[in-house]
Amino acid sequence: MKKVFSILLIIMLSACASQTTQPETDVEDRSIGAGGAGAEGSALGSGGANFHPLQDPNNILSKRSVYYDYDSYTVKNEYRGLVLSHAQYLRDNSNAGVLLQGNTDERGSREYNLALGQRRADSVKNMMLLSGARDNQIESVSLGEEKPRSAGQGESSWAQNRRTDIIYRGE
Amino acid sequence: MPFHLCQFSRWLLICLLCLVNAPLHAALDIEIFGGGTARIPIAILPFSEEGRLPQSVTSVISADLQRSGLFRLVDPAGRALYEPKEIDYVDWTNRGASALVIGQTVLLPNGQAEISFRLMDVAKQVQLTRLATTVPVTQLRAAAHRIADIIYEALTGDVGVFSTRIAYVLKQGNKYALQVADADGFNAQSVIEFVEPIISPVWSPDGGELAYVSFENKKPVVYIQTLATGTRRVVASFKGSNSAPAWSPDGKKLAVVLTMQGSSQIFLINVDGSGVQRLSRSSGIDTEPGFSPDGRSIIFTSDRGGSPQIYRMAIAGTASGVAERLTYEGNYNVSPDFSRDGKYFTFIHRNNNRFNVAIQDIATGQMQLLTNSQVDESPSFAPNNKMILYATEIRGRGILSAVTSDGQTRQQLSSQEGDIREPAWGPLQGVR
Repeated sequence: MKKVFSILLIIMLSACASQTTQPETDVEDRSIGAGGAGAEGSALGSGGANFHPLQDPNNILSKRSVYYDYDSYTVKNEYRGLVLSHAQYLRDNSNAGVLLQGNTDERGSREYNLALGQRRADSVKNMMLLSGARDNQIESVSLGEEKPRSAGQGESSWAQNRRTDIIYRGE
Repeated sequence: MPFHLCQFSRWLLICLLCLVNAPLHAALDIEIFGGGTARIPIAILPFSEEGRLPQSVTSVISADLQRSGLFRLVDPAGRALYEPKEIDYVDWTNRGASALVIGQTVLLPNGQAEISFRLMDVAKQVQLTRLATTVPVTQLRAAAHRIADIIYEALTGDVGVFSTRIAYVLKQGNKYALQVADADGFNAQSVIEFVEPIISPVWSPDGGELAYVSFENKKPVVYIQTLATGTRRVVASFKGSNSAPAWSPDGKKLAVVLTMQGSSQIFLINVDGSGVQRLSRSSGIDTEPGFSPDGRSIIFTSDRGGSPQIYRMAIAGTASGVAERLTYEGNYNVSPDFSRDGKYFTFIHRNNNRFNVAIQDIATGQMQLLTNSQVDESPSFAPNNKMILYATEIRGRGILSAVTSDGQTRQQLSSQEGDIREPAWGPLQGVR
């Protein structure tokens, strides 16, 4: 009885998880998208023939995570392009909006980590606002240490958990 | 899977889980590590006819008293006696007992049980206290906790907390349950279960409600749930993050941490979600508020000085007062909780790479480390200030633990399965 429920649980959750982490890209579409090289010229253009720019794997807008050094909320140079691209998209699409979710590694108080994660989300938000996105398009929140991307312990896992995720409205 | 179907399946899942949560009721084991020096030697004899009851009463009383760190159990050595006139005081003096508990039970045909007990002073050969009560057999553990409280109070002069309740979050796989249990970890019941995290449960002063933070809606939102009815309501769901609820002693307001005006700052809000009022004003992080017992000040964590430290601030009308820094040792002191007499606070102190429970005397500023584990979190005072409940990480999972406020006695209340975090000790009110 319990086993049946467990299996049900796994099926349903994996369905939910794949739905949130992989927005409708299957392998065949990807190959067509890669062929439509026109999209690559303008990262912020309307995208490939078969892709919304936010989902085009060749478009920087499909990259949604900013990672941080330990105890830092500074957006590193390597992520500036990504954040600025999203800011530009928001500027150009006034109906679009994002939820920025800041995250931390697991060390320390849960509530204090929630505040630290907020600072990470805010760092991305501030950079976006300076680049032309509007305040009503952005909500920055924190998930603290509660939603780790990697469940392991140690720096390689923690590094994946110190991040801000960019989620568009309706996703 | 389409989104709405996915949502539906989550709800279905929650319903299914309600049907199969039997493992959540597994009892928590008690382990005692160390000891105080002057424990009271007490012999607790099996009550008459106790074997006919579905639940032993004296074993619960014994475990309660032992767990407090203030008692040493003297072996009853197979003695069967139920009335004061049967007591051979010299025998018990020779066995080293200074107190003796005897009693009788009667199982009634209507599903009830009569319990009577007496606490005897062996040296003075007098009865210190007694109780006779009739309870449903489903309430035998509760009756035993009440007797343990009476014994504790008679022999220590302090308030017993064995009849109080605790709340915590249990994570099993990817499921989170907010649970309420007796202070000994038994009778655990899920208040709510989710596949998204729950943190920071806190008790209302009357013990009837819990406030907590749920991530079910992609961001932290503060809820209040009524235990008797199971109904819940949103208290704070402003733009940004909403977290760290703390109940005012009069039960009318919560202190919460909101980010709607920028960084994480402390606000006051009525329990119905109205009347938001900003309390702290810093450019950094202010979080983890807790009220002083008189309701006039809050204690909180802030990084305004460069590292997270504990501060206290008066609540004076609308204009917030100047915050006074309380901790100076080390560069990471977080999660403060006031003792219910307002004289101490407990918190987590980072000691090299360990996170340990500490206590500080507010008047003298003296800090004392109470644990030496690797990772402890969320210390919470018992309502008599004599013990502190916290979560400690052992082999990657959280275990409920308690330490006496003098650091002399520590114990684990470990569950069979799952990862326990965020414990909060409930109030005395509403349990008797």
